[in-house]
Amino acid sequence: MTTEPILTVKNLSVVFPDSNGGLHALDDISFEVCPRDFICFLGPSGSGKTTLLRILASLLSPTTGEIKFINHQHPQIGMVFQQSNLMPWRSVMDNIKLPLELEGADEVNARIKAQEMIDLVGLNGFEDSWPRDLSGGMAQRVAIARALIHDPDLLLLDEPFGSLDAITRERMWMELSRIWQARQKTVIMVTHSINESLFLADKVLVLTQRPGKIKLDLQVDLPRPRKDDIRYTPHFGKLARKLREAIE
Amino acid sequence: MDINPIKIFHPSAAKRNRMWLRLLSLGLGLLCWQVTSVFSGVEVFILPSPLAVWSRFMVAVQDGSLFRDIGVTLSEVVLGLIVGVTLATILGYSVAKSRALEQVLSPYLVASQAIPVVAIAPLLVLWFGYGMFSKVLICALIVFFPVLINTIVGIRAVPRAFYDLMDSLRATRKQILTKVEIPAALPIFLGGLRIGATLSVIGAVVGELIGSKYGLGNLINRARVGYDMPMVYVAVFMLIFLALGLYGIVARAEKKLLRWQEEK
Repeated sequence: MTTEPILTVKNLSVVFPDSNGGLHALDDISFEVCPRDFICFLGPSGSGKTTLLRILASLLSPTTGEIKFINHQHPQIGMVFQQSNLMPWRSVMDNIKLPLELEGADEVNARIKAQEMIDLVGLNGFEDSWPRDLSGGMAQRVAIARALIHDPDLLLLDEPFGSLDAITRERMWMELSRIWQARQKTVIMVTHSINESLFLADKVLVLTQRPGKIKLDLQVDLPRPRKDDIRYTPHFGKLARKLREAIE
Repeated sequence: MDINPIKIFHPSAAKRNRMWLRLLSLGLGLLCWQVTSVFSGVEVFILPSPLAVWSRFMVAVQDGSLFRDIGVTLSEVVLGLIVGVTLATILGYSVAKSRALEQVLSPYLVASQAIPVVAIAPLLVLWFGYGMFSKVLICALIVFFPVLINTIVGIRAVPRAFYDLMDSLRATRKQILTKVEIPAALPIFLGGLRIGATLSVIGAVVGELIGSKYGLGNLINRARVGYDMPMVYVAVFMLIFLALGLYGIVARAEKKLLRWQEEK
């Protein structure tokens, strides 16, 4: 694919002010993202992964460097956090349509779109459930639906399955992979799971310990759609090994 | 796949049981009172029987004098609540949002709580007269503090992550207020309001006892001076019902607004 990048990040650095000269979180990060790319940042805790996502979501400003989005300054963002972050006073339906409400969309339209999303993430029948009645995996599906409903330019995933148990997590990889193929979104995800990054991404960028630098830029040439057993192929193993060696 | 939890416990049946217990307890209490007042030899002047209080109540209802006093006290309580809650909510929100403002105001806020309202009520009556205004003021003062504190605590307890979510969706300040801060702070706020509602009744009575023209506190004074003890009891019961009624309204609102919370 030789499309124009939707997002260009150049020489991005972040220093958090503190008592002894500042905490250097990210150092000289540059990368490009093309439409419909699935990019994964892989790194140990403290490599500034979350900081990077917060910058892309404009929740934080970089100390130096620039971020350019293709057509307008501020892209629409859909974000999924480590915790599902559902509002406990809203039903599943109301949580999912929140982004449309904020845009001032009309109620009928919002409900129709929310229902579509509920179908997409497989939560039919739970429209009127309260978040307190959902399991961790279901809650995270709601969070994904909420992040997609307003058709964002960029989907940012901050270790979205980090708080789930191993079996649910692997099931969610399949789900996310399927949703991504259906919606054709540009995704940037951070994780510290090698398997997760390889299973989902087109490209994995490995970050070093603080200050986070890009150490390895690995193209994941595994065929799609990816099935669960792709993880047991020799090629998957080879790629995993490369990533493992890159992580200190 | 995920399944909804099965409920073995039947809350409605348990509730009915508890309701019976409550009525039984009230009935026993009234019976004890009746027996004591009839057989203990205590003067009717000191302890009238519940039946005597009931017949005095019926007389007061028929001649209509009771309603005027209830009306006055209720108006004072409700107006005091409105004023106190409004001010406390606005100030509480501002203090929760600004540490600097908290520093500026905290000495006054603490001091205002340290002075018992009962102690300054005579001053307020002296300054603002025997009319309703001084009582509204006392109610507002007494309601102010619990609502203020709970508003501050409620707003400060809003999870940081919700702000991140709203910011990532480019929500406006007003949207954050109405869609996150108000619903998130509501449980704690309503807890404060529940306390405030009952305190407000106390405020009104204290003010009326000190100096007033009408109201249930005034009725207690009038009846006492006239040795009409059953009437004193009637007034006291009216105050209890008033406080219970207000408490009940807030509790009902809580139940309706906080349906999403875990059943306790």
